[in-house]
Amino acid sequence: MKQFDLKVDTLRELNQYLHDSPDNEVHVINPEGRHCVAAGVNHDADVTIDGHVGYYCAGMNKHAHITVNGNAGPGVAENMMSGVVRVKGGASQYAGASGHGGTLIVEGDASSRCGISMKGIDIVVAGDVGHMSGFMAQEGHLVVCGDAGHHLGDSLYEAVIFVRGSVGELGADCVEKEMTEDHQAELARLLAAAGLDYPTDEFRRYGSARKLYHFDIDHADAY
Amino acid sequence: MSDRGPDSAGVAIYNEPEDPSILKLSLFAPSGYDWDALKAELGQALDAEIDYAVHATHALFTLPDTDFDLDEWLRKEHPELRVMSAGHAIEIYKEKGLPENFVRQFALQDFSGSHALGHTRMATESAVTTEHSHPFSTGMDLCLVHNGSLSNHNRLRSFLRKQGVDIQTDNDSEVAAGYLMWRLSEGDTLKEALENALQDLDGFYTLAVGTRDGFAVLRDPIACKPAVLAETDDWVAMASEFRAIAQLDGVENAHIWEPEPATVYVWGGQ
Amino acid sequence: MSDTKVLRESATFPADVLAEIHRAADQGIYDIRGFGTKRAVPSFDDLLFLGASMSRYPLEGYREKCATNVTLGTRFAKNPIELDIPITIAGMSFGALGANAKEALGRGATMAGTSTTTGDGGMTEEERQSSKTLIYQVLPSRYGLNPDDLRRADALEVVVGQGAKPGGGGMLLGQKITERVAEMRNLPVGIDQRSACRHPDWTGPDDLEIKIQELREITDWRIPIYIKVGATRVKYDVALAVKAGADVIVVDGMQGGTAATQDVFIEHVGIPSLPAVRLAVEALQELDMHRKVQLVISGGIRNGADAAKALALGADAVSIGSAAMVALGCNRDAFTEDYEKLGTLPGYCHHCHTGRCPVGVATQDPELEARLRPEQGANWLRNYLTTMVLEMQTLARACGKSHVLNLEPEDLVALTIEAAAMAKVPLVGTDWIPGND
Repeated sequence: MKQFDLKVDTLRELNQYLHDSPDNEVHVINPEGRHCVAAGVNHDADVTIDGHVGYYCAGMNKHAHITVNGNAGPGVAENMMSGVVRVKGGASQYAGASGHGGTLIVEGDASSRCGISMKGIDIVVAGDVGHMSGFMAQEGHLVVCGDAGHHLGDSLYEAVIFVRGSVGELGADCVEKEMTEDHQAELARLLAAAGLDYPTDEFRRYGSARKLYHFDIDHADAY
Repeated sequence: MSDRGPDSAGVAIYNEPEDPSILKLSLFAPSGYDWDALKAELGQALDAEIDYAVHATHALFTLPDTDFDLDEWLRKEHPELRVMSAGHAIEIYKEKGLPENFVRQFALQDFSGSHALGHTRMATESAVTTEHSHPFSTGMDLCLVHNGSLSNHNRLRSFLRKQGVDIQTDNDSEVAAGYLMWRLSEGDTLKEALENALQDLDGFYTLAVGTRDGFAVLRDPIACKPAVLAETDDWVAMASEFRAIAQLDGVENAHIWEPEPATVYVWGGQ
Repeated sequence: MSDTKVLRESATFPADVLAEIHRAADQGIYDIRGFGTKRAVPSFDDLLFLGASMSRYPLEGYREKCATNVTLGTRFAKNPIELDIPITIAGMSFGALGANAKEALGRGATMAGTSTTTGDGGMTEEERQSSKTLIYQVLPSRYGLNPDDLRRADALEVVVGQGAKPGGGGMLLGQKITERVAEMRNLPVGIDQRSACRHPDWTGPDDLEIKIQELREITDWRIPIYIKVGATRVKYDVALAVKAGADVIVVDGMQGGTAATQDVFIEHVGIPSLPAVRLAVEALQELDMHRKVQLVISGGIRNGADAAKALALGADAVSIGSAAMVALGCNRDAFTEDYEKLGTLPGYCHHCHTGRCPVGVATQDPELEARLRPEQGANWLRNYLTTMVLEMQTLARACGKSHVLNLEPEDLVALTIEAAAMAKVPLVGTDWIPGND
């Protein structure tokens, strides 16, 4: 197990080590809100970060399991490909932005635009999400155990959103949809992966009404 | 702070003096200015005891708060001076260059007070000068800092000038400051002024406004420019990035959240 | 005598404007098309070189060297981009273009010793294999973006905007969203793609600085990072790009093309390349960054004269998009019936958005694509680039330069007052530069 103390070691040393070494256990202390911590990891390392991180922690993560024992700034796990990123505290804007795969778990609240442009990632938030979450979300799942802010799923494509708490004003083309058994099973799997124990029938499902898939003059004011 | 902006830095410190009738004036002049001469002149004009302390390129004058029209006097007698702030508690210092140099130059560690606003700038559309730095003073004991880019500030600037607001630069943030000053002079409370700002300002902005005994925060309806708030029983803090707040005492137990779009948050009085 | 009919067109409502109003009344939506600005704007054509004279001596063609190599990305990257010629191929997506076109561009550019750029759809295997030097775009949509491609790219290009539509996002209509395109972009087949105009995880240059840090961290600071902007507030943008940490800045003038966007965007937003290059160079000089942060100019570059003039004004290189497509056969006089089916003719076609490109360049249809053989397309492109370079060298030698980057503004004069003001070179026959006090 290798430890990096970002009071003493540089971010560059940490990230280069994570990129080059096949080492499977790395512990980071004193991140002090630095940006780009553990960005671009490309093997199944277990990375634990004790403290708060800034922007783009675990950016473009592939394979690795990364845990932040603190809060994460904007863009945590942005464009993640696979692996698991877990934030014990809260996450700022754009959590999981454009993520292609893997699972992002936020145990606190996630802020606005959570899951923006998501392309296959699964995001599970134990707390609330802010406004414009799931904006232009194309593929993947967003699970919100708390409340969702305004304009949820605005301009939604085929991503699926589950919300347990209240939802503000829904975004353009986002509508509540029926929860089938398949959806319940998928939701159960996601909650289990996050280690959360809520009954699936407390959630509602949201998806695209698909009215914006081809331009229609009658929907012009949705643009 | 340098990460977010290398161009200039500034701070508004609120430090209530023991005598609440004292007025503080932060003045900026090119280096080598004869502050002593100004002290003598101003003391004579006011017929009162005044004093000053030099902080790098600024001088903080303390004088009695009277009916004397300081603005008018300074404009006529000393147009070369820039008034950075005026008020009972507020002191604004700002300069070009990196934040780390600013902190050193002004020996910020020697200051104290009840609250303060700090800002570092990455100039988007106007020049990098001392005057273009934030915080902007919007009136007695008021100041504003801005992260973002307004899109309709040019026409608003002409309009505000016609209302008598003195806007000196082409900086969009100064227009936001001038707008608030105008609304307050029209009788709005701070909350009302900021609610009006939501209607009249266009573009992207996170605004933090300093008041004599508190501060206010406002994000535009799209709310892309960052903002985070933290509150404990003892203090409340706001920043663009959490790491600015991360070293405050008791932050582990603070309630941390991000302000909602198009919502006015006010702490303290007006 | 009065039997002769006189047809008098209105300058305010000429035929094409009338047709457009009729179409709008019919369809209730803006006109979407491909290609670039069609109306005339001040351009490099309005500048002339001052060749050799009694006071300035020319170089012999062929025998006396006129070098054309350029290095992009010297500021921070460990591995800057070395190009044999100062002309690169601009970003065009797989989706907008077919796979054969992307392969032809890669192979042709490689033969000519220059780079190509991916587009708003991600990197295809064909283009990575065929292009020796490949610039990988990071766009607001993030379609297909992934760290493996980031790591095997030779440079990254963060796209803030493009000349055809500064402030607009990508557009691809349903007829071009085939299974392969849909899979790369994570979209349902056959829908009209809506694209974001802002990046999902940063807003503003203060955030962009941190985003660039992230891209450098992921690629271990090996490769250069470009920032591309559509030409609008060029001076502010170039200064901000420098502050945000760019190695290279790409400024795309309003003439820049697109495969699909609103006509109103193409024709009425952005500024021409001519003033853009001068403004960009001024901004770099004010920051003492000229030649330290390299400048690439695109948007309506068509020949060696355009390229040479852009370099003379201070650019380090130019980039071609539409012109490269034309070299591959765009608007070529063949398959006329297919042009007619689109309601157009060779020489007038701007119908990339339909996916029915008669010459197989901007299409996903296999039957149409077969009309462009990658090998032939590659040769065409290589020949065209070679011609451009020979033209540049001809002009540079005539001005006494042994390297095309030694061309300077004083080698130029302007034919019109507008061009003189925009390029800040004298009106020919005078000492006058409008706007200089």
